Amino acid sequence: MITNTVLVLVLPFVMFLFLGLAGVKMPRKTAGVIGVVGMLITTVLAYWVAIDYFMHHPGHEQISAEVDWLNFTPKLVARMGVLIDPISAMMLVVISTVSLMVHLYSLGYMCDHHGHAEKGFQRYYSFLALFTFSMLGLVVATNIFQMFIFFEMVGLSSYLLIGFYYSLPAANHANKKAFIVTRLADLFFLLGIMILTFSTGTFDFKELVGLGDMAASQRAAGTMDGLTFLGIPAVGWALVFIFIGGAGKSAMYPLHIWLPDAMEGPTPVSALIHAATMVVAGVFLIARMFPLYVLAPMAMNVVAVVGAFTAFYAAAVACVQSDIKRALAFSTISQIAFMMTSLAVSADGGQLVGGHEAGLGYMASMFHLFTHAMFKALLFLCAGAIIHAVHSNENDKMHGLHKFMPITSIAFLIGCLAIAGIPPFAGFFSKDEILVACYERGLGWGLWMSMVAGMTAFYMFRIYYLIFFWKKHEVHTEHEPSDQPWTMTLPLIILASISCVAGFLPFGKFVTYNGEVLETHMNWTVAGSSVGIALVGIALATWLYFKENPKPERMKNAMSGLWEAAYRRFYMDELYQFITHKIIFQGICKPIAWFDRIFIDGFFNKLADLTGNASFAIRRVQGGNAQSYVFVYLLGALLLAAVTGVVILMI
Amino acid sequence: MESLGNIIMYVIIALSIIVFSVMAVTTKKILRAATYLLFVLLATAGIYFQLDYQFLGTTQIAVYAGGVVVLFVFAILLTHKPGHNAEPITSHKKAQGILAAVACVVLCGVALFSFGRFCFKTLGGGTDVPMGKLGMSMLSTGSDGYLLPFEALSVLLLACIIAGVVIARRR
Amino acid sequence: MELTLLMYLIPSLIMFGCGIYGFLTRKNMIAMLISLELMLNAVDINFALFNRFLYPGKLEGMMFSLFAIAIAAAETAVAIAIIINVYRIAKNVDINQINKLKF
Repeated sequence: MITNTVLVLVLPFVMFLFLGLAGVKMPRKTAGVIGVVGMLITTVLAYWVAIDYFMHHPGHEQISAEVDWLNFTPKLVARMGVLIDPISAMMLVVISTVSLMVHLYSLGYMCDHHGHAEKGFQRYYSFLALFTFSMLGLVVATNIFQMFIFFEMVGLSSYLLIGFYYSLPAANHANKKAFIVTRLADLFFLLGIMILTFSTGTFDFKELVGLGDMAASQRAAGTMDGLTFLGIPAVGWALVFIFIGGAGKSAMYPLHIWLPDAMEGPTPVSALIHAATMVVAGVFLIARMFPLYVLAPMAMNVVAVVGAFTAFYAAAVACVQSDIKRALAFSTISQIAFMMTSLAVSADGGQLVGGHEAGLGYMASMFHLFTHAMFKALLFLCAGAIIHAVHSNENDKMHGLHKFMPITSIAFLIGCLAIAGIPPFAGFFSKDEILVACYERGLGWGLWMSMVAGMTAFYMFRIYYLIFFWKKHEVHTEHEPSDQPWTMTLPLIILASISCVAGFLPFGKFVTYNGEVLETHMNWTVAGSSVGIALVGIALATWLYFKENPKPERMKNAMSGLWEAAYRRFYMDELYQFITHKIIFQGICKPIAWFDRIFIDGFFNKLADLTGNASFAIRRVQGGNAQSYVFVYLLGALLLAAVTGVVILMI
Repeated sequence: MESLGNIIMYVIIALSIIVFSVMAVTTKKILRAATYLLFVLLATAGIYFQLDYQFLGTTQIAVYAGGVVVLFVFAILLTHKPGHNAEPITSHKKAQGILAAVACVVLCGVALFSFGRFCFKTLGGGTDVPMGKLGMSMLSTGSDGYLLPFEALSVLLLACIIAGVVIARRR
Repeated sequence: MELTLLMYLIPSLIMFGCGIYGFLTRKNMIAMLISLELMLNAVDINFALFNRFLYPGKLEGMMFSLFAIAIAAAETAVAIAIIINVYRIAKNVDINQINKLKF
């Protein structure tokens, strides 16, 4: 099993090197097909590993193998290895599935309407393989240090893929923004790692947290008891910092600003990285360290509050966006916030909540991660098909596409039903578990998240209606929009099927915080109310957006301030601009730059000038000017003659 | 008591050497410089004749005035457009040149007057060097023989001819 | 009035000074060569003078002048060959131009 896992890692990396180095020598399509085949093999291996693990290890113990990499001190060794446990096995499945779908889909998407592959096709597949490698490496990391390395690598491949169209200024700005914001967050992650390992003396997940091993976590946390800052133990701070790192990748408020811009990348990339896999790295990180978080109530509360607020904020913004990819991006932020909140509400005051269903939130979060990856990738790939057909991201260029693209329309509808939480689609089950977990923590949490779930249903159906119905489609491109080639349609069908049935997986049997089977019971009150509120959201969306009517316009005018604020994402980008440009650049950087220029540089410039002037003064000695040589020579000769004469006269 | 003709000859020679030397290095037109050089060289030949070194004077005229100056003129005509004036000399360079020249002249003058008991020797008569003697000494060895320098010089001349051809040949 | 050695040495000295001045100031390489010839010539005169005035019976000084004239002619020929070659490359005969040879 370990061998297979290593193979799962090695294969994408080899594909990355091969396509990156040899790709330009081969036809574009060939490179793409090789990429897809490589990914197919990787996927088969990943499924094999996962099935092997879940079938043959009913105790769900952690299986790992590692080699020493850096020996800092005899006690503190950075290792590289693979670790298989329920969540990493599940993540292997999720990542490889979505990645395979995206690889296949890109064969069609990255071509123009004549079927010619775009420039940089090989580079694209090479980067996709790099991303897949990094993400797989992240989930099987045996220690927090290795995880950090792969965290950086997914950031890098995300940067490369967002900036795939590097000649577009918007893409360049977007990838810089993504990289800088996530780097800033990763700085805190690194700080957290340092604080954590400073006292515990280990990077290893097995020693730190085990598999839901509260005793081990207690030990790890206990080593830091003596250290406090502002009355909060150091482990709390470490975990908060680590959460900030995760929040950067997972686009939690207020570090979410890069994700909407990241939609400048090709749509399949958005589906893979910015919807299904990389953005859940933060959730995965918290899940990995879950027992430690349980023991640090302050950190857990931070996660919960940030998650709950982000869920609402992103849902509110998503309600008014006109760019479908951006709307989907905010929906992603909101859904990830659901997962975060779900993780966080499963503990309170250092204890797991929920009695015999303890750890339900953890299970629900992972379940939602799984289903969300499937249906959000589906939604993004549908959006890609639509964009490919109409050459625009704006929904006013779409409208009424149902007649032209029936398969895409149905797939998108399935995605919407899944995310809205309508049974029997996948999202219903996972979201329901999340809401149950929230209600167990407290009524307020439950009500708040239920409201966000309703908003989710509303904005998803708003997008759906504005794309596929609203009014008759006006063809504004040279071709009529139509369903796309099989390479793009097949992934839609596969993902739609998964979204239909994934909810029936007995997830509690497989993925729980401590590896023990968690029997879940349908909580009919919560399920009924959540379906009810989802239906209300859908009904509202249908009433407002199904057919062309002036109601949305009237509403917009009635609440123009609120609408504008939401459309501009509550001015978060402007706030960032203000802080970075006005306060940091003007207030701090400029004086520092001035000091640097005048004093530091000035000193060295003076030194350099001095040397320069001195050299300038004596350079004629070796100037290559024959006449000055002769002059000097002559003076020397005369001097010698004069001295000789004087000496002779004196004798 | 020297003959008046000799003195007049001396004055003419001395004046032309001084004047044409100065003009040769100060004129703007390079071809004129070569011409003034020719006059200086002829005047020099005059000194040799006055010293009764007829063969030396003849050589001076034949090799210098006849050979070298013609070489100069050719070179000038090959490398300069007609009517081309040299750029004016920068003042600091001029000062440098004057300084060096004056220093040199002053030093030599001082030396002359310091050691110059012999400076006021006058020209004795009748030491004409017959051509035969000259020829014999050039081709003989021994205390008055110059065979070795003569041969060395002939090798040098050969080397120079070859070098001149090799360097100036168009590649 | 007698013609003394000094009276011959003075024009020769001035000729030498002129040669130095010209060699140091002229940019044109042919003009520099002319100045060089002036200096050589002054030296030749001195050899002949000292021989004639101080050692009338000997031939060394005169011989030296003779050889010097021959060598000067050879040197001039080579120098002019070089100058013409430089002219072919640099299209002029400025002494400032040939410091490009360094590179």
